[in-house]
Amino acid sequence: MAATVETVERVRALDKYKYGFVTDIESETAPKGLSEDTVRFISAKKGEPEWLLEWRLKAYRHWLKMPEPGWSKVQFPPIDYQDSYYYSAPKSPTDGPKSLDEVDPKLLETYAKLGIPLNEQKLLAGVAVDAVFDSVSVATTFKKNLEEVGVIFCPISEAVKNHPELVRRYLGSVVPYADNKHACLNSAVFTDGSFVYIPKGVRCPMELSTYFRINAQNTGQFERTLIIAEEGSYVSYLEGCTAPQRDENQLHAAVVELVALDDAEIKYSTVQNWYPGDEEGKGGIYNFVTKRGACRGRNSKISWTQVETGSAITWKYPSCILQGDNSVGEFYSIAITNNRQQADTGTKMIHLGKNTRSRIIAKGIAAGRSDSTYRGLVRIGAKAAGARNFTQCDSLLIGDKCGAHTVPYIETKNRRAIVEHEATTSRISEDQLFYCRQRGMSQEDAVALVVNGFCREVMQQLPMEFAVEAQKLVGISLEGSVG
Amino acid sequence: MSDAPFTDHYGVLRDALPGHDLPWLSRLRASALESFSVSGLPTQRRESWKYTSLRPLEKVGFGVTGAPRACISIDRAPSLLPAASEHHRLVFVDGHHRADLSTLGNLPEGAELTTLREVLTNEPDWLEAHLGAVSGDPGGDWEQPLLALNTAMMMNGFVLRLAEGTVLHDPIEVVHLGGAGDRPLAYHPRNLVVLAPRSQVTLIEHYTHLGEQPYYANIGTEVSLAEGAVLHHYKLQADALDAFHTATVHAEVGPDALYDAFGMTTGARLSRNEIAVRLAGEGANCHLNGAYLVRGRQHCDNTTRIDHLVPNTACSEIFKGVVDDQARAVFQGKITVHRDAQHSKGHQLSKVLLLSDKAEIDAKPELEIYADDVVCSHGATAGDLDHDALFYLRSRGIPEPEARALLIEAFLAESVHNIAAQGICPALMSSIGHWLAGRPKEI
Repeated sequence: MAATVETVERVRALDKYKYGFVTDIESETAPKGLSEDTVRFISAKKGEPEWLLEWRLKAYRHWLKMPEPGWSKVQFPPIDYQDSYYYSAPKSPTDGPKSLDEVDPKLLETYAKLGIPLNEQKLLAGVAVDAVFDSVSVATTFKKNLEEVGVIFCPISEAVKNHPELVRRYLGSVVPYADNKHACLNSAVFTDGSFVYIPKGVRCPMELSTYFRINAQNTGQFERTLIIAEEGSYVSYLEGCTAPQRDENQLHAAVVELVALDDAEIKYSTVQNWYPGDEEGKGGIYNFVTKRGACRGRNSKISWTQVETGSAITWKYPSCILQGDNSVGEFYSIAITNNRQQADTGTKMIHLGKNTRSRIIAKGIAAGRSDSTYRGLVRIGAKAAGARNFTQCDSLLIGDKCGAHTVPYIETKNRRAIVEHEATTSRISEDQLFYCRQRGMSQEDAVALVVNGFCREVMQQLPMEFAVEAQKLVGISLEGSVG
Repeated sequence: MSDAPFTDHYGVLRDALPGHDLPWLSRLRASALESFSVSGLPTQRRESWKYTSLRPLEKVGFGVTGAPRACISIDRAPSLLPAASEHHRLVFVDGHHRADLSTLGNLPEGAELTTLREVLTNEPDWLEAHLGAVSGDPGGDWEQPLLALNTAMMMNGFVLRLAEGTVLHDPIEVVHLGGAGDRPLAYHPRNLVVLAPRSQVTLIEHYTHLGEQPYYANIGTEVSLAEGAVLHHYKLQADALDAFHTATVHAEVGPDALYDAFGMTTGARLSRNEIAVRLAGEGANCHLNGAYLVRGRQHCDNTTRIDHLVPNTACSEIFKGVVDDQARAVFQGKITVHRDAQHSKGHQLSKVLLLSDKAEIDAKPELEIYADDVVCSHGATAGDLDHDALFYLRSRGIPEPEARALLIEAFLAESVHNIAAQGICPALMSSIGHWLAGRPKEI
């Protein structure tokens, strides 16, 4: 009990800083390490209700008992969970900024460096940005436009305060806290993330976007995203990530939950280019993400599109649970690994309802000494009559020191279902490279062009804003891989 | 001694086991037994046993016997080959060799077909050098509990050896008959095939049953193919429907050698074929094909692993299955292309027809590739019969059951007709026909 009192006092002490004006961005951090007190600290810091604290503690206690998942094809030294900070928030008045003018100017400067024209985005792209800088949302644009149609788009911590009934009903309903070690950790210590609620029959008027940034050193990021699409609604959500260079490995264990009710559609796109470590594999982000969507309603649809180019280790399986009859799940993925990066990614399509359909297109590109694995599950339940799945996994190898692996699991319990899986592995075509070189393209441009062609099917699924960025990324990620 | 099932059999068998006076063999058996008693039967927590549970096997309570049962009321063991054709046969009943039923015929010079027991008596040194040479050393972390169990308790089996350049035109047939005992028996045949450079042979293994008793056959086979050797290895597993069948094959394929295997499964309540092929010489090639027809509550598992260890090797793998009633089939195929094994070619395909609402197929086709100049692909499909094709046949006045049977037969015939030894095809097609008619094939 004494420890709890101590924590409360520490929180009070930390609170003293809150009126101070800050020029340099210093994080308000929880003490290093993970314990029940850390969980209580985070919860107290967020002013959370009792039920959420209980839920976090339940998750934390379960986490202690869970073994590290060892089935994936990635190798890394054991994570020292006590050597990390679990809470860091950019300092700002507790009331929060009311407009961009009130946002910490230094923060805006950092964004500018990273190339996000937050000010211009309003005018240019029509994208509402809920920018997350080290765990706490600092600016939200286009809120008014969204409010007019009844869309709720806010940090999840705010949603806990303003819409507790929604959060309580859906949080953990798709990814239960005991789902896996990393999701369990996230449930215990999640700091912030986005909350989206699209009311019945509303087509969200703009693409919603969150930029995640990892900034303070040694800070694990534990984002929690919850998107609920009510009957007949539609939303497209973009998630993009960049991170400045650093040496220490950083743990990132996010959880994304999507719920689509009758006739609703959610499109979730990700571009991930976090720091992958240097050429020898030193540093870089550990990206252990649990993403899952539940097509609860009839005719609902969830579509995942991801471009994964960053992170030292990617461990990520955006999945769809197709519960509602006629529901549709899609997964389009590009995973590019270079140097010593390791990616173990794929999807799960769980067909439960009748006439459910899923489509998986996964493109893996491995260069340098990297390893890229597609790991996926297609399960056709006994009641999923008329279910249909098509899976295509293609791997491209650049160089003779890399590895590409395909590990699909296909479980069929209904004869009226049709399941098809195809996979190929081949090297980048010398002929195609030669053709490009002959026409005066540099080796690197040629590789980028060929690889972009290889990924075209997935690129086409990306929203415009991302497609351009993603194409550039492909080229940048493969720099130095040939020649 | 641990509680692992079957380990108590060792005490019963100890003195009846062949070669119990050979120190090297006793050591090998002891270390395998120890490894098995630590691991026990594989459970579904092991990734490679994710879809197959051996719990039903544990429940039966099998016994062992050191000596064959005296009288068996058959005068001729069944054959998959036309009666007129000249061939060489070895017959085993409940794992014991039956010289009276075997017909060795005139084997050409350089070819030797004999039993493990005989080789143990006459050439123990040769056996010491070859036993376990391909399947790996049974060390502490031996990942193959069933092969360890086999090594500990192997009683007999066949040994096929060909000298350099020996080419056998007539196939060799090995028949295993089970269920002849007066109580449920477990036995562990161990077979060795060693082909010298440029030798060629067709080997047919036929597993079927005689009596009414359930039985458990746990087979271990090691195949070693030297440069340019060719082995056509065909197997029909038509065991009794309450029998258990687990078979582990390890094959090492040398330069320019070919291992061509085809296995058909119609029998056993629970069966698992585990085949591991190492393409260890440049130009090595392997075809690993299979077909299975299961119904009732049968469980059929085909697990294969192909390792491309050196450049310029190729493999192709096609498994086709038909699953009816509440039966369950498992296909796990892994192709690994090792570092520097450039110009490897690997193709793998699993196709399954599900005929009932309770039938299940779990497939895990896996590629693991560490070399860039390779062409590898795999595919897997599962579904019902093609409705359009069915409609086409029905619209031409063919009744539904016949139309379905025709389509299933055509689906499987493709893989049967690719067999190089055409002599065996009629027998395989007829066992498909019998299965479709809902009758077990009489012997």
